[in-house]
Amino acid sequence: MTQRRAVIVGGNRTPFVKAGGAYASASAQDLLTAALDGLVARFGLAGEQVDEVVAGAVLKHTRDFNLTREAVLGSSLSPHTPAVDLAQACGTGLEAVVYASNKIRLGQADVAIAGGVDSASDAPIVVTEPLRRALLKLNRARTLPDKLKALSRIRPQDLAPVPPAVVEPRTGLSMGESQALTTKKWGVTREAQDELSVASHHNLAAAWNAGFFDDLVTGYLGVARDALLRPDTSMEALAKLRPVFGRGDGATMTAGNSTALTDGAAVALVAEESYARGRGWPVLASLVDAQVAASDYVTGAEDLLLAPVRAIPQLLERNSLTLDDFDLIEIHEAFASTVLATLKALEEGGVGTVDRAKLNVNGSSLAAGHPFAATGGRIVASLAKMLAERGPGSKGLISICAAGGQGVVAILEAV
Amino acid sequence: MDILETLYGTRAGKFVANKAGLADPPRLRRDRVLPTGPVVLGELDGAGIGHATLELLGITPGQPTLDLPENRTRDENGREQAPRYVTKPGAIVVDATGVREIVQLEGIRALLRPVMRGLEPSGRVIILAADASAVEGLEAKAVAQGIDGINRTVGKELRAGSTSNLVFVGDGATAADLASTLSFLLEGRSAFVSGQTWRVGPQKVAHDLDAKPFAGRVVVVTGAARGIGAAIARVFGRDGATVVAVDMPQSGDALAKVANELGGSALQLDITAADAGERIAAHVASRHGTESRIWAIVHNAGITRDKLLANLDEKRWASVLDVNLAAEMRINAYLLSHNVPGGLAEEARIVGIASTSGVAGNKGQTNYAASKAGVMGLVWAMRDELADRPITVNAVAPGFIETEMTAAIPFISREIFRRTNSLSQGGNPVDVAETLAYLCGPASSGVDGQVIRVCGQNLVGA
Repeated sequence: MTQRRAVIVGGNRTPFVKAGGAYASASAQDLLTAALDGLVARFGLAGEQVDEVVAGAVLKHTRDFNLTREAVLGSSLSPHTPAVDLAQACGTGLEAVVYASNKIRLGQADVAIAGGVDSASDAPIVVTEPLRRALLKLNRARTLPDKLKALSRIRPQDLAPVPPAVVEPRTGLSMGESQALTTKKWGVTREAQDELSVASHHNLAAAWNAGFFDDLVTGYLGVARDALLRPDTSMEALAKLRPVFGRGDGATMTAGNSTALTDGAAVALVAEESYARGRGWPVLASLVDAQVAASDYVTGAEDLLLAPVRAIPQLLERNSLTLDDFDLIEIHEAFASTVLATLKALEEGGVGTVDRAKLNVNGSSLAAGHPFAATGGRIVASLAKMLAERGPGSKGLISICAAGGQGVVAILEAV
Repeated sequence: MDILETLYGTRAGKFVANKAGLADPPRLRRDRVLPTGPVVLGELDGAGIGHATLELLGITPGQPTLDLPENRTRDENGREQAPRYVTKPGAIVVDATGVREIVQLEGIRALLRPVMRGLEPSGRVIILAADASAVEGLEAKAVAQGIDGINRTVGKELRAGSTSNLVFVGDGATAADLASTLSFLLEGRSAFVSGQTWRVGPQKVAHDLDAKPFAGRVVVVTGAARGIGAAIARVFGRDGATVVAVDMPQSGDALAKVANELGGSALQLDITAADAGERIAAHVASRHGTESRIWAIVHNAGITRDKLLANLDEKRWASVLDVNLAAEMRINAYLLSHNVPGGLAEEARIVGIASTSGVAGNKGQTNYAASKAGVMGLVWAMRDELADRPITVNAVAPGFIETEMTAAIPFISREIFRRTNSLSQGGNPVDVAETLAYLCGPASSGVDGQVIRVCGQNLVGA
């Protein structure tokens, strides 16, 4: 069997917006539908059937059990387009691209759309456990006395909703608090974090000004640009911020060098190479290979967000590549210190040194924002376009850390 | 809504408005809809093309009633009355293509007098005449222009949404060449076009009329996200086109909706980018097939930066000229000179949007008027430059059109703008769109280098 190649043809995302902002009343389904419709318009796919749409969300309502299919039905795609929900925390978007690419490679699909969405504004509210049990009992009650009995069990304190929190169930630590431990362990300085954050904002702003996102982003609800972006931010401005994660004098993580809760959706159009060429579509880059790894963070032996450090060497070895072989490297900026700790761990682990001039050259999550499951789609489409601009053979590495101590990494190469 | 506008909406307000002559304007017949009543044909010496064209359109013309002394009646007071039609005609086509002498103009008067109060609402007066440049002799040339005077006045005297237009038939033009124009004028598509005159010559490449003239053809519309541009995209979509909707990245969501609604594609592009033409071609080729070519490009994108000249700086000046005129020229230049995938088809249509502001000037719009008059100049220059290619270049000049932009004009001024035309109302975006689609129709290749005002015969620029 000849090897089929899966290529990234293009992408589309909504501008990303801070939770509670302009998308506060949009649901995850609305956002994903908007991202799909923008892609459909960009590629003239209205009424067309694509082989599969794969996407997911991290913050997901129970009503959204079929989120992606519902988004497809709300979009301009043919109703015959099947869809699947997939979840791997912040790795969702990239994992979705890998899933779609693999189907394409195996001949199970010729064209697919992959991505993700998250709306921290539309996060599901959880009720307290006593209230939940009482409500279930009420639902089962047949007679009025039984119903009243069920209701009488509810205490006022049960009525307070449980606020949504991104907390690791096994450590009870929030993502930021976990990362604060990593930051300290790897000795990442406040200055290095702020520097990375400033670079992210400046790079993203420059890319916007150069029109880089003209064919990657479609405005939504009156927002045309990433709303978290601060083109004028500086080391001085960031230095003024108080630490929000970690404790005491050693605390270095601020709102300026950590990503904010964000709303947005991103999708990429993936196709079999000859299918794409037949349609005259741009063939930006192929998905060469991917690897997932998980870290033993529960025991404290490893770091929650450094699983990519396990995945990258495996991926490089399998493809006989070193870090120097890459023209561009995208390391998702969950926190500035995640990126810096990743670089240090790669160096100390003997994997190699990342040339900072190749790192996140058009900005990343610190500036753009990070709607959890949407980040993979954003990075894949942007990187594919950047590689295509650099010419055939250009290679890019993507590294995305995820909750649960997981990491998804992948190689793209311009065709 | 301001206080005056609110008052105007009340019953008392309506009463006062009616007394002041601000009655509700007539509702215009629109879309591909013919008049209800018969189409009457009045033929003067040397006519023929009118009859042949109506025959091509499948219309059997009715007989005209002539205002001759013997046809007149007297009322109870003994005064002479012009003869009346028993059934109100929906349109009268006056074929005056053979008229060369001043005395023959009487024939036009005799034909038109009975219809001036006898047409059905949204009726049509369509006069066909020989082009002044195509006739010999001083008297013949003067007469040709004289007919234009008749047309313009008739447009102002007609009521209830009826319009009058004059077509100068060029040398050698046949019924087939005239068919798309006569069809446009008879149908509701020309609802807001009145008192206008343009020239139709032999088709550069002959095509038959078709209800879906753009089927299988790609049409690029700039500024397509909203307002007039979205209406243009929809009319081309209705008539079968694969629409490439272009607009600024900031308008991306509205643009995507238009593109998806029509099954076309969206291109987020600042048309002032140096490589805009290249990117349009690349998009067309990569989205609609490498073999595809642009049948028509509609240069609709435009901006205003209004200021009295006394307050106008170089920035406002330059931005308007760049978007409204220079960008259009750069895109045309690229698409015309590069035989690339996704470029202009052999037999392409290029249409632009001028404005009555460009015709007459408008306070606070030096920059805008310069750009829009420039579009007209460009049309005329390109007609000559592309004379030996089967490409046509035309423009429309909208008057007051009801859009988000004009809705922002204060109520009183807006009401004045609306009323100062022969149809006593603003036009709809679709009216501009229909005229552009007519100009881009395959069967309209005899319409070249024309600027047609879609203004309800606005006093401005008349």
